[in-house]
Amino acid sequence: MLGNLDLTRLIFGRLTLDSIPYHEPILVGTFAVVALGGLALVAALTHYRLWGYLWNEWFTSVDHKRIGIMYIVLAIVMLLRGFADALMMRAQQAMAFNGSEGFLPSHHYDQVFTAHGTIMIFFVAMPLIVGIMNIVVPLQIGARDVAFPFLNNFSFWMTAGGVALIMLSLFLGEFARTGWLAFPPLSDASNSPGVGVDYYIWGLQIAGVGTLLSGVNFLATIVKMRAPGMTMMRMPIFTWTALCTNVLVVASFPVLTAVLTLLSLDRYVGTHFFTNDLGGNSMMYFNLIWIWGHPEVYILILPAFGVFSEVTSTFSGKRLFGYTSMVYATVVITILAYLVWLHHFFTMGNGASVNSFFGITTMIISIPTGAKIFNWLFTMYRGRVRFEVPMLWTIAFLVTFTLGGMTGVLLAVPPVDFVVHNSLFLVAHFHNVIIGGVLFGMFAAINYWFPKAFGFKLDPFWGKVSFWFWVIGFYFAFMPLYVLGLMGVTRRLREFDDPSLQIWFVIAAFGAVLIAIGIAAFLVQIFVSVRRRDELADTTGDPWDGRTLEWATSSPPPHYNFAFTPMVHGLDAYTDMKRRGFSRPMEGFRPIHMPRNTGAGVIIAGLATVCGFAMIWYIWWLAALSFVALIAAAIAHTFNYDRDYYIPAEEVAASERTFADALAARS
Amino acid sequence: MSDQYGAAPLRPFRFLLVLALPFVLSACDSPLLFPGGDIAARQRDMLLIATGLMLIIILPVIFMSLYFPWRYRASNKASSYDADWDHSTKLELVIWTVPLMIIIVLGAVTWVGTHLLDPYRPLDEITTSEGVALDEEPLEVQVVALNWKWLFVYPQYGVASVNELAAPVNRPIRFHLTAESVMNAFYIPTLAGMIYSMPGMETKLHAVMNEPGVFDGFASHYNGAGFSDMHFKFYSQDEGDFEAWIENLKGSDQALDTQSYLDLAKPTEGFPVTYYSSVQDDLYKRILGMCVRPGKLCMQEVMMIDAGKAEPGRDVTIDQLKYETYDLDQFGHGGADEGHGDEPQGATAPATNREPHSDESGGQEPAGEGTAAPPQLNAE
Repeated sequence: MLGNLDLTRLIFGRLTLDSIPYHEPILVGTFAVVALGGLALVAALTHYRLWGYLWNEWFTSVDHKRIGIMYIVLAIVMLLRGFADALMMRAQQAMAFNGSEGFLPSHHYDQVFTAHGTIMIFFVAMPLIVGIMNIVVPLQIGARDVAFPFLNNFSFWMTAGGVALIMLSLFLGEFARTGWLAFPPLSDASNSPGVGVDYYIWGLQIAGVGTLLSGVNFLATIVKMRAPGMTMMRMPIFTWTALCTNVLVVASFPVLTAVLTLLSLDRYVGTHFFTNDLGGNSMMYFNLIWIWGHPEVYILILPAFGVFSEVTSTFSGKRLFGYTSMVYATVVITILAYLVWLHHFFTMGNGASVNSFFGITTMIISIPTGAKIFNWLFTMYRGRVRFEVPMLWTIAFLVTFTLGGMTGVLLAVPPVDFVVHNSLFLVAHFHNVIIGGVLFGMFAAINYWFPKAFGFKLDPFWGKVSFWFWVIGFYFAFMPLYVLGLMGVTRRLREFDDPSLQIWFVIAAFGAVLIAIGIAAFLVQIFVSVRRRDELADTTGDPWDGRTLEWATSSPPPHYNFAFTPMVHGLDAYTDMKRRGFSRPMEGFRPIHMPRNTGAGVIIAGLATVCGFAMIWYIWWLAALSFVALIAAAIAHTFNYDRDYYIPAEEVAASERTFADALAARS
Repeated sequence: MSDQYGAAPLRPFRFLLVLALPFVLSACDSPLLFPGGDIAARQRDMLLIATGLMLIIILPVIFMSLYFPWRYRASNKASSYDADWDHSTKLELVIWTVPLMIIIVLGAVTWVGTHLLDPYRPLDEITTSEGVALDEEPLEVQVVALNWKWLFVYPQYGVASVNELAAPVNRPIRFHLTAESVMNAFYIPTLAGMIYSMPGMETKLHAVMNEPGVFDGFASHYNGAGFSDMHFKFYSQDEGDFEAWIENLKGSDQALDTQSYLDLAKPTEGFPVTYYSSVQDDLYKRILGMCVRPGKLCMQEVMMIDAGKAEPGRDVTIDQLKYETYDLDQFGHGGADEGHGDEPQGATAPATNREPHSDESGGQEPAGEGTAAPPQLNAE
């Protein structure tokens, strides 16, 4: 080791000028666009003197609504990145026939599919659901914020830190070339010695801390902070699904943290948990990662189920059919989520009894899921269905998700899985349920709760354009993959021999282009809505004739959400209030106790990111320094006693009066 | 008459049918739906049974998903409206029991099917069709997944081939599978479902082909840069042709022994079909035990020691337990091998001035020999 002690290596670890991929035109082009865009953004922010506003009102904010919005902005930015990867893969696979190598060498292509999976799950789907939960859950249960507001801010910045590392891998070094779950032995030190897997590990570890802490936060919030009268069986369904999702987060993310720690020990200090030699066994990694990975699927889909429940009930103008069975179905799914992980590797040589057990437990999940679908159907039955954008997404979900569920049960039958495992059939299946379930749900949620968060509705025309391109694009992009899977085509291939397959890949690529238009239309929708915000304004706080408490306050809600904590007497609390002729109290306000903003979250998460970066590049001094600084900053933050303040009663009265005047002006 | 008045307006569009033709034809190509082997055929049957069972419930649900919102649309004031109707015990009973019934049936089919089609289970009358020579000794094939090619050893014939597999029609085949360094999956869609092949471990697969022909086989678990090229042809042949094929192998001037195996194991892409006229006796066992290199302790022996059955007082050094693999990371690896000693760990492909996707192999053994730390930490 002493022989290695030259100065540059000591200072920069394995980071050198050669680490910059300036030979790759695609990456240089991307970098130019990102750099120019970033410069333009910085210049604009500086010109309009917005840095102070951003720092004081957003970055350091502990307000759950603002943190929720930041999560969703982060997710949309990462959706663009992850989707760019998808377009590259679709183009490569559509081109690489008849001896053509396509345009991506395997070194690049393998990074692209790894990054696509990692980004879409961890940095698009997760921030979307955490963002929606942030905006909605405290409002739905009549609370003024989450249980631990600072922790919430810190969680967001840890997620952002993970994003920063993953994005940095694009321009400095490389990303993993292992597939999105980084299975060893391929991902161990001898087979993947570069920085790619280390970027993966530290990006996920840092973001994972954020996810775990926000899980703890929401669990405490939902259990302890519900408005008086809101018993468990009076909680809105979205809150129920959020509760179950966070139970899953708290119980499964530690497994991910542990398994990635073991992998990094293998890579950094030479242990042999998953290596081939010295007693290591990679099958253990498969088990551990899927013990996290399968519950993760339900972490994503349960909140989407919650969204569809709220949307169906609101836009059918009807109580949700079978609330109790909906709750029990959710709880059953939560429990069963832990009993199915092995179906991800039926083909690893397990015994027939083990395979059948896990196959059958997987099928059993389709029973509560089926019950949920029937409950949504019977909620529409004898309703008055309004085809607003969130409802359109819900109908598309019902059809699409049912198909995806069917192929999922097919994959749960071990003998069937033996022939379609790892194939494009599998790829089509999980996109079918994740796009058709999670993503459709999140678009429904964004269209549904946008007016609550911002005070004006999203433009319905562009919403419908986005909807139709997404849905039609989805079918064009993924139905061909089912066909290809049934023709025995496996996933992650970079080039093909059989020319008769090409037409299907071309259709799939066309579908991806339609989805790209759908994404563009969504961005246009936001832009147009901001310009037309006065026409689309929601002065009532209740633009959809909503049924739950979040619609009882103004849009956007004041910092404190509710001037008086609402009393809950039954399900659909706000419908109940409206029917009883609820009138807003205009006097008797008292000062409201609120948490104060703090920059500690940004600082600690920033230090964690620096520490992760230093570990990736073997810059040991920086890793040690930033780690010590991180601990010091966390301890220093505990001595910050200036954490809360009171909103004076007069201010509350004034803002409630403004809202009341706006309501009166309307009627 | 009916043609004149019914179909005539559509006649100009009849050319569209031609467009559909390639899709129909390519579906008939599917080795999954029209397999040539009994095991794959039974797996296909399971696929169809499961699909049929689920369509019982999927079709009505999709119909209702479209019909209910349309029927109860807000503008249709004629439909009944009941804002507070939220429970019906009878309906609840139906929506929980109907899926339950289907899953009970499917679960039973799954249990039986999984046991019958377990890849470890030898073939018998239930899992094969008539004409399969069950009384004959199965053809033994030892499969080794190398980076990035397939090695097939025929212990009964003492020959081996790379990237080409052959078997006689109607004779049961017993595969023993392992891998050289990373996880792989072995898959011939027309023959039987896939099975993982893993270093230091053995999996098994029983199957049979019922018709002659040339079919595709490939790796179906991503395993690094050469993944796309890791495929082979599977020849299902009549007995005579198969014997001739074996004779052809025996005529090869190459022998598979320790050294030629270690050469073969170096990572390559698009490796040509190669025949070996003879195979060193215990080679497969040593590949499985990860002890092809001289001086390594075989896994089988390690297991004996772990079980307390080894001779007492033996000295085992840590190097004997360290499996040495070739460097898969041809594109941006650290200064592990001498030729690129100054190359930084994080350097990306072009900066190293080496062609990506080349057949150049890592060759040299990793550094870090004799230390606990992984090689890249001890580089240079």
